[in-house]
Amino acid sequence: MKIFATYNIKGGVGKTATAVNLSYLAARDGYRVLLWDLDPQGAATFLLRIKPRVKGGGKALIRGTRSVDAAIKATDFDNLDLLPSDFTYRNLDLVLDAAKKPSRRIASLLSPLKAEYDVIFLDCPPGISLLSEAVLHAADTLIVPLIPTTLSVRTLDQLTEFISDFDGSKPSVVAFFSMVDRRKRLHREIVEQLPAERSDVVTAAIPALSLIERMSVQRAPVTASSPRSVAGRSYEELWLEARKRSGLPDPPDDAW
Amino acid sequence: MQQSVLRQFVLHGIDGAAPDKALKLPGSAFAVSAAARSTTMRRLWLDTFDWRLYRSGLTLEQVSSRGTTELVLTGRDGTVIATDHVVRRKAGASAGAGAGGEGGNGRVTRWPGPLEALPLGPLRDHIAPVVGVRALLPAARAVSTVHDWRVLNSDDKTIARITVDRMSVSYPAAGDAPARVAVTALRGYQAQAMRVTDLVAGLPGVSGGGQSGLEVALAAVGRRPGDYSGKIDVRLSPRMPAAVAMATLLNSLFDTIEANVNGTVRDVDTEFLHDLRIAVRRTRTALKLAGDVLPSGMAAKFRSEFKWLGDLTTPTRDLDVYLLGYPDMAAGLIAATPGELKPFHDHLKRSRAAAQRELAKGLRSARFSRLRREWRQALASAATSATRPSAARLAASRIARAHRRVLRDGNAITLTSPPELLHELRKRCKELRYLLEFFGSLYDPGEHWRAVRELKALQDVLGEFQDTQVQHDEIRAFADQMMAQRAAPAATLLAMGEITVGLAARQRQARNEFAGRFRDFASPASQSRIRTLIGAAA
Repeated sequence: MKIFATYNIKGGVGKTATAVNLSYLAARDGYRVLLWDLDPQGAATFLLRIKPRVKGGGKALIRGTRSVDAAIKATDFDNLDLLPSDFTYRNLDLVLDAAKKPSRRIASLLSPLKAEYDVIFLDCPPGISLLSEAVLHAADTLIVPLIPTTLSVRTLDQLTEFISDFDGSKPSVVAFFSMVDRRKRLHREIVEQLPAERSDVVTAAIPALSLIERMSVQRAPVTASSPRSVAGRSYEELWLEARKRSGLPDPPDDAW
Repeated sequence: MQQSVLRQFVLHGIDGAAPDKALKLPGSAFAVSAAARSTTMRRLWLDTFDWRLYRSGLTLEQVSSRGTTELVLTGRDGTVIATDHVVRRKAGASAGAGAGGEGGNGRVTRWPGPLEALPLGPLRDHIAPVVGVRALLPAARAVSTVHDWRVLNSDDKTIARITVDRMSVSYPAAGDAPARVAVTALRGYQAQAMRVTDLVAGLPGVSGGGQSGLEVALAAVGRRPGDYSGKIDVRLSPRMPAAVAMATLLNSLFDTIEANVNGTVRDVDTEFLHDLRIAVRRTRTALKLAGDVLPSGMAAKFRSEFKWLGDLTTPTRDLDVYLLGYPDMAAGLIAATPGELKPFHDHLKRSRAAAQRELAKGLRSARFSRLRREWRQALASAATSATRPSAARLAASRIARAHRRVLRDGNAITLTSPPELLHELRKRCKELRYLLEFFGSLYDPGEHWRAVRELKALQDVLGEFQDTQVQHDEIRAFADQMMAQRAAPAATLLAMGEITVGLAARQRQARNEFAGRFRDFASPASQSRIRTLIGAAA
């Protein structure tokens, strides 16, 4: 089982769109996938048409008084399940703070799901918190969307520095440019320059497209509703790169 | 990833082309998606000839759809126990031994075949102890056209799937099964899907159906799983005229013989011959011990024919016994190595192939065809006879007589008696056992079981005594044959010698156990059990 997390300190950079589309693509490839929407805003949950509610709320999940297993919902897509968001997730830091080894809590909650899933995606709320620290510890690969600006490159440096201080295993970082506007010169320059300079930034980039924004109207991943669109193909390229870098083994071959 | 079928239904009188018309869910908060996904599946159910999987609550199905072939093993409630992929045999790959040997890639989809034709894995491991030495055969074949609708809630989120499966059966006969509807809950939506189930259950033309796909396929062509057993399966009534009871029994035994002819001739597995042979032996015992109640001359006429049939089957079965026991025999060697025994194995296989050819020839012969025809005619006329005595009186007198003979012969055996006396006693025991089985339906099952129990223990020890003796003698004869054919290296003969030593030791052990077993069988309590049993029905 490989755990991916979409993460950025900044909000509104395309974390949820990335988590939903890459989860869908992994499921389509034949992996058994679980997406955990950890953001109390519940955007990923909404996109997959599921009610943002978990019995007992985040507290019961984190404390283990209710099993993760019982909260999981099937999506409309084969092989893709969702652990929904809940508004109580806004208090997860408090709950984690009261738990033993808070930074390892997410990893230990996911460990029993190893047999059932090949891939887990964690869609993380923005910010630096106890929750994000626990997610960074649980993840094997961090998928980091970056807006092509100088400032966002600085936040990537902060993140890699933060991870390098971790004890034991550290997640690998796959950063990519998101919401790229090719009409802007700065965007073009950064998108072309940075992947050449840094090994943790991949060339696959997601353009700023209204089709991606319209996902919230369609309530479906753009990779499912318009797989041949520019948006669909861009996510496809990103997933190929992320999958390769994560070392995820080939999916169980269904096409005997 | 879990999905669970909540309930299955049968659709009656629905237009086959548009079963979805029946699936409108009126007045509910749910909608059924307009378009259905349609899948065609070729389905093949596998089981042994004597339905070992079915009787153990297992269903093994090979499903082909969209270029993929999968084996699925399910339990009694339809839950999937194991699955495995099957690769279609490449054209021109050799078929190996029998009809289902291993292809170039080690996997086959052609049946019948041995268990070893299944890919190695949990599925095969699960059924291996159940299937034993039997081959897997097609139990039914069908093509399913499955339409799949999504049931949506108010968010247009799928909460359940409704599938309608229309199955067209092509084997064991052609027929169409009624459309079946299944409601499957998506994970996390069990409660809502249950409401859908209730709505579907209330639709006109829908009725509950908890049968497996195999049961439905067979029902569509007027069959049911589990309709063969090698055991005696006749219902006699105590007042039935004895001749009618015997004709009923003999007809049933001949059903078993005929059911196993094809598998024996085609050499599908060893148990066809085994069942056929037992049914022949039972027939011969019935003619010998109770043939006098049949129309005059009938028993005498057919006893010689059934002796011929029995003798025809002996060589192949004897060699089967060696070959089936060979792995244990080889593993039990102490001084010699299994490799040294290999020429003996080759010799057994060659001899068996020759014996099998003779057997198949005999079962295809005009003599056997005539026996089939004339025996059924004779039984049909015997079944109209209404003469006395009754079945219960016949059973009581013959069982009592056979019982007395076992006691008499057994009591005469001392520690110094020659082996022939024990062999004779074994035959008497077998006669008593068969009589108890023939008339078993006349008695209380519990008392019947208790009466048979001590007899069986005695038979086991006598069987071991004789079988080890026969095998000991035959291995020496095989050694002579192999020497004559120059097919026996010295190491092989030594290994065979070691096996005869083991057999002699087992025989001595059986001889030592005999006295105790016979004492139990001849005890006053055991004797009174037999008397009570036959007295109650007569």
